Amino acid sequence: MSPSEGVDIAFPAHHYLNEGTTVRSWLLTRDHKRIGVMFLVAVILALLLGGTFALLLRFEHLTPGPTYVSAVTYNRLFTLHGVIMVWFFLIPAIPSVFGNFFIPIMIGAKDVAFPRLNLASLYIYMFGAALTTWAMIHGGADTGWTFYTPYSTTTTTTVAPMLLGIFILGFSTIVTGINFIVTIHTMRGPGLSWMRLPLFVWAIYGTSIIQVLATPVLGLVMLLVGVEHLFGFGLFDPARGGDPILFQHLFWFYSHPAVYIMILPAMGVISETVAAAARKNVFGYRAVAYSSLGIAFVGFFTWGHHMFVAGQGTFDAGAFGVLSMFVGIFTAIKVFTWVGTLYRGAIRFTTPFAYICGFLFFLVFGGMTGIAVATVSLDVHWHDTYFVVAHFHFIMVGAAMMGFLAALHYWFPKMFGRTYHEGWGLVSATLIILGFNATFIPQFLLGNMGMPRRYYDYPARFQSLHVASTAGSTLLFFGFMIIFIYLALALKYGRAAGRNPWGSRGFEWETPSPPPLHNFEKLPVFTHGPHEYQGTAEVPHAA
Amino acid sequence: MQPEGHVQEHFANIDVQRQAARLGMWAFLGTEILLFAGLFAAYAEYRALFHEAFVLGARHLDARLATVETAVLITGSFAVVMAHHYAKTSKAGMTCLSLVVAAATGLAFLMLHGIEYWHHFEEGALPGKYYSFPEIQTAGASMFFTLYFLMTGLHSLHVMAGVGVLAWLAWRASMGAFSHGNYNVVEMGGLYWHLVDLIWIFLFPLLYLV
Amino acid sequence: MNELLRNVLFLPEQASTFARKVDSLHYFVIITTMIASTVVGLTALAFFVRFRRRSETQVTPLLNPPWWLEAMFVLVPLGFFLAWFARGYSDFVELKTPPKDSMDVYVQAKQWMWKFSYPDGPNAIGVLRVPANRPVRLMMTSRDVIHSFFVPSFRVKQDVVPGRYTETWFEAIEPGRYQILCAEYCGTNHSLMRGEVIVLRPEEFDSWLADQRRGRALQQDGAPTTDEDVASVADLVRQGEKIAVQQGCLKCHSVDGSPHIGPTWLDLYLRREQLEGGGTVVADEGYLTESMMDPRAKIVRGFNPVMPTFKGKLAGPEVAAIVEYVKSLRSVPVEQARSRRPVYEPIRRR
Repeated sequence: MSPSEGVDIAFPAHHYLNEGTTVRSWLLTRDHKRIGVMFLVAVILALLLGGTFALLLRFEHLTPGPTYVSAVTYNRLFTLHGVIMVWFFLIPAIPSVFGNFFIPIMIGAKDVAFPRLNLASLYIYMFGAALTTWAMIHGGADTGWTFYTPYSTTTTTTVAPMLLGIFILGFSTIVTGINFIVTIHTMRGPGLSWMRLPLFVWAIYGTSIIQVLATPVLGLVMLLVGVEHLFGFGLFDPARGGDPILFQHLFWFYSHPAVYIMILPAMGVISETVAAAARKNVFGYRAVAYSSLGIAFVGFFTWGHHMFVAGQGTFDAGAFGVLSMFVGIFTAIKVFTWVGTLYRGAIRFTTPFAYICGFLFFLVFGGMTGIAVATVSLDVHWHDTYFVVAHFHFIMVGAAMMGFLAALHYWFPKMFGRTYHEGWGLVSATLIILGFNATFIPQFLLGNMGMPRRYYDYPARFQSLHVASTAGSTLLFFGFMIIFIYLALALKYGRAAGRNPWGSRGFEWETPSPPPLHNFEKLPVFTHGPHEYQGTAEVPHAA
Repeated sequence: MQPEGHVQEHFANIDVQRQAARLGMWAFLGTEILLFAGLFAAYAEYRALFHEAFVLGARHLDARLATVETAVLITGSFAVVMAHHYAKTSKAGMTCLSLVVAAATGLAFLMLHGIEYWHHFEEGALPGKYYSFPEIQTAGASMFFTLYFLMTGLHSLHVMAGVGVLAWLAWRASMGAFSHGNYNVVEMGGLYWHLVDLIWIFLFPLLYLV
Repeated sequence: MNELLRNVLFLPEQASTFARKVDSLHYFVIITTMIASTVVGLTALAFFVRFRRRSETQVTPLLNPPWWLEAMFVLVPLGFFLAWFARGYSDFVELKTPPKDSMDVYVQAKQWMWKFSYPDGPNAIGVLRVPANRPVRLMMTSRDVIHSFFVPSFRVKQDVVPGRYTETWFEAIEPGRYQILCAEYCGTNHSLMRGEVIVLRPEEFDSWLADQRRGRALQQDGAPTTDEDVASVADLVRQGEKIAVQQGCLKCHSVDGSPHIGPTWLDLYLRREQLEGGGTVVADEGYLTESMMDPRAKIVRGFNPVMPTFKGKLAGPEVAAIVEYVKSLRSVPVEQARSRRPVYEPIRRR
């Protein structure tokens, strides 16, 4: 994997990072690469904050009764953990960082379609984050990230500013989605047909469709809850004939597709990194490309599976249940493709590959426990217990986070022109994979036992599994800390990576590392697909 | 200004730029439709639950005033179409005038709608917990008016934004910015105004007529 | 086999007719999940070992799956998923369809307690007594926010929503005590909103019910007893008296009618009080609870706003106990009336 020893690789003299070094040149940039880097900083801060809240929650659970925070504080902590992780980390993490950085390069464009809007999406994100932080400092909401009515419309905690922060953040998501859809449709380079697009682009395209169509509904429902909370008129007050279940329908209409916003980009990353790690073409390119669209489309029709015990009729439950079974098939197609890509490949075990292995296990386990909860009768026992918590953490942390980390480790050399210490990369990947299992497998068992979610105080019989889960979370913490350390060190002291340290056929590896301001020295013409290795021996080498 | 539209650096040529702007605008209009869709869904549910109150409420609203408002908005849409035509044929003065007319219709709509709101405020037909209209007290009456205010209120906010967009376009037109080679922005602004009109075309019968 | 798997998977006892059915599907689904994910993970690792990169110039073949292989990998999982769905959905429909001869119990959830009442019968707080081997239908509504009635041992759960009735049913198979947990986040003391189902042998249940109807309603059920160390006072009224003493209520409120720092509790229940600043309020359970949580909200005329709040100091069952104690303080003994079946109009559903 590392470039041939003994050869001194030249670091490019001019690239997007040193073309203009004033603060103003960063804050007013229109360069999609710089915007991607700024988003990276933002989402890492969000991850650190959300992760801190997670650790605080886990440590509270070391004992059944009060450990070191009060019930109200606990309820605020899990709300903030959910809000920050879902909206400020998971949704923007891959699209706004790696999508922004790489989509134009991958399609041979100099930038996205609307660069100023792109910069606006960053500032909208920061404004939403500032409002939410303000709400946090004033106590924060205690409703859970799902804001179910009538609790959210009647609680006296700082719900309205938090809703406003999320509402504003929704615009950032929509703008990013519109930008990518238009870019991919109109700015592909010569020779780049749809069926030659990198699979990461397909994944981001599917994600962008969901972002554009689903987020407005979230905006509306946040607005409605805020109006009811602040002004006392709204659609969900049972005393005036309102239906709290209507809130759930509107909320989940967005929030279920939202989970596909979180996982689809990670799947795109895995498609890219699997082909590069195995130096082999993707085993069934078309199936993967279409399955991204399939998830985007079918994912819109499954929201009611969050409401099996909410008081819906049996017909609704049946319809949503069976559609949920179908959406799982698209993931099965992808898993089959990725494993098939490894068959008869030329695999090198690198840090991204370690994350791929973790991803595969967690996606299948987490995804199939998703099928399990979609099996309606089983969900009656599992709904609102730690089983569901474990299921979605398997997908969001086990799979989506592994995808993010794989992307970070795969593309770090391209974005910053330097390599990181591979040994420490493998150590932290191992810690994270082990720590993840230790944290969340006990939570499946807790759910089976009947431990409900959002419980500050719990019956004593659940304690040993909680302690096990907390122990695992400390491993996770160390794994992440190590990553931040060696990546930070690599930024300054890492060896020059060269144009293509992985020997990948992806289009982004044709340009220097880090890329020049306008992405290419010469605009590329696309004569082959991005994952075609057959007959070539692309050797990793310098520019 | 320039006879040809200015091609931004990252676009290959003016056609790609126009195509991108158009696609982007349509995607944005899609988000607006989804935004209102949630309210229409809520309307559907509560109408089914509180049929009587909704019929009484709809009858009580001022359908004649609303018809005038509809005519006003449609006039505005027509003016916008004319503005597009004049921009395409490089008639700067008429472009500006058409856009001013369209913006004026928007303001007229808002004023008429404000009169409606004022009537309801006076008689106590207000949303949610403020509902105190003695004439209609059937179950769900306050829900009808809550939906009425929320849907027309959100729509009116969009009309205000549309007026702003049209006014800005009118100002640019008066500076001679638009011509045969550069009228795309007028088209985009016009699309937004048409959407605002379209949403009202759906709101009007559902709230006032059925 | 069932017991082995149940223990390995940490499932609680199977105390209802539904539980065993649900668990058998559970085993099938979960075991397939574990096998599939392990197989996929191990295959990836095995492929790594077998197809390691041996040289920097190694060439790989261009491989695409034949259509039938792709079809197999779509249809086999889909077959499993749909089979599970078919079985799960049919079990779910059964759970949503209470048998015709079910015994009805009305459940009212409020922050943060469960109240149960039997048609023509007694009420209870926190404890639901049912006979074994008889289907019981629960008709549930909430007084405030959404709660969820969850009995892990029965594998039964149903959200309880304000403004409408939801229902569920179960048939317990084994006498015993089974914990009730609230499974929909409802505020500060969500995790303390627990209860207990006490399943009695049918003849024991009948005799308990008869006892209750003979007017010994003052001895109501107290706080739940499974798995918790709670005071062994079964009588809610006496428990309320204890707490009132402990928390210092009686320092300001007398129980014999004599005026003191706060209004007297004698004959307080359902008394119409004049409020400071105009208006009146009837001292029902709601007002009594509010006075403990937010005493400054409604001050009775003639008294000073000096009462501290007990929010966070009293748990849901304790608040209920104090309310019951206040209710019991009557100067004229009132004959316990038969509780009437709650009257409700079903909300027209779509």
